[in-house]
Amino acid sequence: MKVLVAVKRVLDYNVKVRVKPDNSGVDLANVKMAMNPFCEIAVEEAVRLKEKGIATEIVVATIGPKVTQEQLRTALALGADRAIQIETDEEVQSLEAAKLLKALVDKEQPGLVILGKQSIDSDNNQTGQMLAQLTGMGQGTFASELVIEGDNAQVTREIDGGLVTVSLKLPAVVTTDLRLNEPRYASLPNIMKAKKKPLETMTPADLGVEVAPRLTTLKVEAPKPRQAGIKVEDVAQLVDKLKNEAKVI
Amino acid sequence: MSILVIADHDKGSLKGSTLNVLAAAKAIGGDIDVLVAGKDVGSAAEAVSKAEGVNKVLTADNEVYAHNLAENLALLVADLGKDYSHILASAGTTGKDFMPRVAAQLDVAQVSDIIAVESADTFVRPIYAGNAIATVQATDSIKVVTVRPTGFDPVAAEGGSASIEAVDAAHDAGLSSFVSEEIAQSDRPELAGAKTVISGGRGMQNGENFKILESVADLLGAAMGASRAAVDAGFVPNDMQVGQTGKIVAPDLYVAVGISGAIQHLAGMGDSKVIVAINKDEDAPIFQVADYGLVADLFDAVPEFEAELKKVL
Ligand SMILES: Cc1cc2nc3c(=O)[nH]c(=O)nc-3n(C[C@H](O)[C@H](O)[C@H](O)COP(=O)(O)OP(=O)(O)OC[C@H]3O[C@@H](n4cnc5c(N)ncnc54)[C@H](O)[C@@H]3O)c2cc1C
Ligand SMILES: Nc1ncnc2c1ncn2[C@@H]1O[C@H](COP(=O)(O)O)[C@@H](O)[C@H]1O
Repeated sequence: MKVLVAVKRVLDYNVKVRVKPDNSGVDLANVKMAMNPFCEIAVEEAVRLKEKGIATEIVVATIGPKVTQEQLRTALALGADRAIQIETDEEVQSLEAAKLLKALVDKEQPGLVILGKQSIDSDNNQTGQMLAQLTGMGQGTFASELVIEGDNAQVTREIDGGLVTVSLKLPAVVTTDLRLNEPRYASLPNIMKAKKKPLETMTPADLGVEVAPRLTTLKVEAPKPRQAGIKVEDVAQLVDKLKNEAKVI
Repeated sequence: MSILVIADHDKGSLKGSTLNVLAAAKAIGGDIDVLVAGKDVGSAAEAVSKAEGVNKVLTADNEVYAHNLAENLALLVADLGKDYSHILASAGTTGKDFMPRVAAQLDVAQVSDIIAVESADTFVRPIYAGNAIATVQATDSIKVVTVRPTGFDPVAAEGGSASIEAVDAAHDAGLSSFVSEEIAQSDRPELAGAKTVISGGRGMQNGENFKILESVADLLGAAMGASRAAVDAGFVPNDMQVGQTGKIVAPDLYVAVGISGAIQHLAGMGDSKVIVAINKDEDAPIFQVADYGLVADLFDAVPEFEAELKKVL
């Protein structure tokens, strides 16, 4: 079974977010970028499926400018077999990402598509579900366990009340939650090997998709800072403050 | 303007978050219809028909919607929703699951997790785990929007008298089926809507130790939460996780015990009215957001906290 994994380049999760002074967005100049953490989990899951002999080929794809090839190389070093970059310098929103990935699904015909559940920059949590709809596939979102059995995928999903397990007809879309697996680190030899793995580039036009954002960001602001609090001396003072000052107990 | 709100319910009992989503709909303005989809949803429909500002309640009572399967729900909602200017649902795990499918089917963008309404097409939403707040305008004819309940004060639960109408549509996409579920049972208030929350982190060391927090939670009538580290380590179940990728809470009082205060955790509780932190590391980042910080070993402080609370409650 061929597995398609979509990965996104985002601001590294450890980097402090700075809003630009002109409120046009978040400052991404000269800051560390990385693969979206949920996408790392997606790559890892595909690699584990290959190690179990279930996946036969792992194709990793990203949409974005030339620099996103760095994240594709990382995925190749982690065990993906080949990579596809859909190159665009325009802003790509979730619906367009889903349309581009749909075109790729039509071309590649994977048996399973794995995405992160959410990009940690946009916090959208949309692309996988949209892709599933566009391709007419079932979806297992926020997955904490994935079992492939013949033509079906059993996905255990993290939901508000606990966990739910669903059965999906393959091909299907799975989006990863944090507890699906713990991604490995790429070894140096594998990083070297990844440089020789195939990386293909195409444009949205090649796939017949027009990129036209539907949402306009009018402004981006820093959140209102919280008023600095105090340190209390002891538990008695804490309870007194909660009762008589904050009046919350 | 006409707005379709998808009710949030738990096996037929209406969830409070629906009233917050109705408040967002009210802020947009226009006629508000509510869809209650599921199996045996009569009492949820009854409850929401009394909520402030509801014009009409639609019920889709059918086995195919019993387990909130996104593939089936999305077909129903897109079918009914195409005649509305806005489709709104709570940004819980159900809304997050099916709403993007609705948007894709209608070929429109989705605006996720809004915390304020500027106008009928302009919304405010946190990005980067709440480290930036974006104002976005949607240009599509139908706006598909998920609403963060903590961003809106609920509308009144009583006083309305909307009509209830059954829609006879059983959309079965035939792509997925329900297998099983493990739903945490608890007598405590629901985490997402609780007035008081007490959460434990890695500092709790194990699941057994969460008992000391439970005693305090019982005294305060609080819901229990946790950091990702505590969930990952298996101390407590996943539905207790508060944060960027867990639950978003904004209680009157949030007590963080043995939690360092990573930005991903703050993203889930930073809008709480009063934050208390108990941590033995005086430099822990949680103290930068805490109204009342106590530098102490939690294994001393929590039992003491319980004893002091007993004196005043
Ligand atoms: C993509 C992504 C998403 C994430 N989403 C979330 C999320 O939704 N929610 C979330 O919480 N995290 C999330 N995280 C993880 C987050 O970055 C932190 O790793 C996590 O919040 C740390 O949990 P913690 O504070 O319990 O543990 P730690 O950071 O290890 O802190 C433990 C604290 O306990 C204190 N302590 C230890 N012993 C005692 C004692 N005896 N008495 C008093 N204090 C004590 C220590 O001083 C320390 O401050 C996410 C991370 C990523 C990359
Ligand atoms: N530009 C992109 N390139 C590749 N994959 C993407 C892109 N945008 C989103 N995705 C995928 O969709 C997931 C969810 O993203 P989002 O819907 O933006 O929160 C990500 O974790 C990726 O797997």
